[in-house]
Amino acid sequence: MTISGSTAIVDLEHAVIRFAGDSGDGMQLTGTEFTREAAMHGNDLATFPDYPAEIRAPAGTTAGVSGYQIQFASHEVFSAGDQPDTLVAMNPAALKVHLVDLKRGGLLVVNEAAFTKADLDRAGWTSNPLTDGQVDSFRVIKVDFERLVAKAVEGTGVSARDAARCKNFYALGLVFWIYSRDTVREEASIRERFAKTPMLAEANLRAFKAGYFYGETTEAPDAHYAIAPARLKAGKYRNVTGNSALALGLIAAGQRAGLRLFFGSYPITPASDILHELSKYRRFKVTTFQAEDEIAAIASAIGASFGGALGMTASSGPGIALKGEALGLAVMTELPLVVVNVQRGGPSTGLPTKTEQSDLFQAVYGRNGECPLPVIASRSPADCFEVAYEACKIAIDYRTPVLLLSDGSIANGSEPWLLPELTGLPSIEHNQLTDPTGFMPYKRDEKLARPWAIPGTPGLEHRIGGLEKDALTGNVSYDAVNHEKMVRTRAEKVRRIADGFPKTEPAFDQAGEVLVIGWGGTYGSITQAVMEARAGGLRVGHVHLRHLFPLPNDLLEVVGRFEKVLIPELNLGQLRLHLRGQLGIEAIGLNKVQGKPFHVAEVLSAIQSLARLDAAQEIA
Amino acid sequence: MTAPLIKLTKKDFVSDQEIRWCPGCADFAILAGVQKLMPELGIAREKIVFVSGIGCSSRFPYYMNTYGFHTIHGRAPAIATGLKMANPDLNVWMVTGDGDALSIGGNHLIHALRRNVDLKILLFDNRIYGLTKGQASPTSELGKKTKSSPFGTVDRPFNPLSLALGAGATFVARTSANDMPHMLNVLKRAAAHKGSAFVEIWQNCVVFNDGAFDEWSEKDVRDERLLKLEHGKALSYGKAKDKGLRIGGGFTLEQGAAEGAVVHDEARDDVALATALAALEPPWPQVMGVLRAVSRPTVDALAREQEQDSEKALKGPLTMEALLQSGDTWDVEADA
Repeated sequence: MTISGSTAIVDLEHAVIRFAGDSGDGMQLTGTEFTREAAMHGNDLATFPDYPAEIRAPAGTTAGVSGYQIQFASHEVFSAGDQPDTLVAMNPAALKVHLVDLKRGGLLVVNEAAFTKADLDRAGWTSNPLTDGQVDSFRVIKVDFERLVAKAVEGTGVSARDAARCKNFYALGLVFWIYSRDTVREEASIRERFAKTPMLAEANLRAFKAGYFYGETTEAPDAHYAIAPARLKAGKYRNVTGNSALALGLIAAGQRAGLRLFFGSYPITPASDILHELSKYRRFKVTTFQAEDEIAAIASAIGASFGGALGMTASSGPGIALKGEALGLAVMTELPLVVVNVQRGGPSTGLPTKTEQSDLFQAVYGRNGECPLPVIASRSPADCFEVAYEACKIAIDYRTPVLLLSDGSIANGSEPWLLPELTGLPSIEHNQLTDPTGFMPYKRDEKLARPWAIPGTPGLEHRIGGLEKDALTGNVSYDAVNHEKMVRTRAEKVRRIADGFPKTEPAFDQAGEVLVIGWGGTYGSITQAVMEARAGGLRVGHVHLRHLFPLPNDLLEVVGRFEKVLIPELNLGQLRLHLRGQLGIEAIGLNKVQGKPFHVAEVLSAIQSLARLDAAQEIA
Repeated sequence: MTAPLIKLTKKDFVSDQEIRWCPGCADFAILAGVQKLMPELGIAREKIVFVSGIGCSSRFPYYMNTYGFHTIHGRAPAIATGLKMANPDLNVWMVTGDGDALSIGGNHLIHALRRNVDLKILLFDNRIYGLTKGQASPTSELGKKTKSSPFGTVDRPFNPLSLALGAGATFVARTSANDMPHMLNVLKRAAAHKGSAFVEIWQNCVVFNDGAFDEWSEKDVRDERLLKLEHGKALSYGKAKDKGLRIGGGFTLEQGAAEGAVVHDEARDDVALATALAALEPPWPQVMGVLRAVSRPTVDALAREQEQDSEKALKGPLTMEALLQSGDTWDVEADA
């Protein structure tokens, strides 16, 4: 199939598409298929899948709407975009939820067949929005997906039910035509996906082509675009989700250190995909263990680290809460351990499938006793690889548990990833002890790390545990002075990790009116907002903290170069309080807790408002 | 790296730490028994690890001159599971108590047993919380008056043997700290078992529950009240071995004469007999010895087999580079 047709193709630099439908409509698949083609086409991109916690909420209701947004471009992309240019709505509920976000004059593709009276009622429409003028300010492509798909699959032998399930590929085909995507790879992908059932392969292929041909034949008005490949840095790329990149980073670290990985985990949204990914790679000396609960997951990982493997576990806020006591044990016994928290809306069960920067306090401060451990955060899907690798390195170098913060939008979001040169990654030496000469379980090296002495090694027999240790022998000690010494030593060990951090260099302006400090998944929105603020004449810098504890030694100095500090967070101000408590930094917060990422416009407006504030207003 | 196997003695397993159990505690006897047993196993000392949870019994690893890990309350089975799966060459023992194993750690215990981790589990059962000074435990008898139950407990106790059998344990035994020869024999059997070996050890707490097992240990009555199991021998008891257990109607055991008693078969595939024996309550005799010992694959071995199974393990990318590049990749050329 080639791109043809007489309508003029409009070249765009970027576009935002949102696919929305019922949970059973296959919108996540549709989105990821489009994403893969955009990636292979060479566009830069960012995605934001947004789906309900229920596997199948009541069909046709707004509660069951599943969405997938992608921004793709011929230039660098930092976020999945604020407002879609094109909204694909498979039913009235999807339209109800998402119409409000569609750009004025944007393109609306709807499945007309799903707009019966009953469908409209279920979605809460009092009249049909397609006919009552509510969509007049958009360009609308109304198609009866059901009828056209049914016709397209005639003769393949699939049931009516299976035919109806092909309509997401019809929608995908249509959007492929609208954005002038090549169909060769997608056709191959459909064949591969349904390889075991050729009948379904044929039906879905026909639905996909029918959608594409519909666009071509009807020459949908003012809706035919092309977006050239982005000029990304040269190299080999693949598209990657945060959870996949994270799993790969863990494996790479294990391989580099020459250690077995032991991953103990209990299923929890949105972290489970890390377990799924790791469980595939037995040949890389990865042992995965689906534990009976969250506590057993971390406990087994601690046992594995004691046994000489690199123990790790992943969860989300509620699971991390259960792991708190065991984290204390890992701090006390000073064993390497990597603990991943893919954050979601809290408290309690909260919003399992929605993103939130919910657990910074929990990560830094959430344990009994003086219990410091390093906390690092990834800022984007591809960044998860490097952060996971670094988490392993810190854990091994310093014999400490490390908490790695990701979040739901990073974990499920995807972006093109410039594959790293493995040889360029920092080396990781496990330095497990074999020589019994002068062995003392808590005798420390210059980093204050204690020996990693593995059972099975002759002459190093020793006992560890959660009771306070003598500063040298590791024997149980209730001595008052020894306890204070140990508490301070554990704190100093973690503090020293900061001595190895690179210099903090703000992105964009190095001094100026506003410094925006962020962490985690807000990276894209903040970057885009700062770029736009600077285009408007403001001098703005951006520091995105990977290291949240210990904090970089030079952060206060950097902050001093700016007049004001803005901290946008998807919580009520956890980093703001953390920086105020740790470094006395006074900052203004931009806070949102809606289970959604920031819009660029929200951050931009906060930067502009803050820059306009004079000193008097600030005090008020 | 393994040291040449030199002949070790009990002394080699005694650590330099002062033992802090109460004078007269039955834990001393168990420690002595285990230290005596260790050299007989012919396992290099550095290969042996004792893992424990929290409670009086869980101080045990500090007194063994092996590797040891005194962990957190109830979690020893999970920590030991990770240790054994990461390092299957180790000989891993777990020491726990009735509160640690059956209350706060109940979930981990049953899952370790169902997985058949190659792990020897010694449950010191004194039917009381000792370290927290005298509260009722999940094996305290119904109605027991303790600090936390001044009017008597209102919850029924667990039967540790029934629980272990229900969880699918491949080795289940009971012994008593006051019967050293019997205990040594059972511990030896547990040590030789490949898989989870669950041993309930009656252990008298002299401070908070003294005399808990007197009705089975007094010389004049113990032969009538205890049935010592022997594989391949009839289920008989009594001073003159004149009483026996037989299968009655309605899937029950029946007390009767020794003649015609059921022959004990610890290797039975099904758990019916072991379950019936475990569930006996006074006035029936209490069974001592090995109820069940069957061979099943261990989780640690099965996990390693998957690595070696070329069908499964060699599927997919072979190198780290290939792994990174798996799926669809594309090249971006440098600008001319």
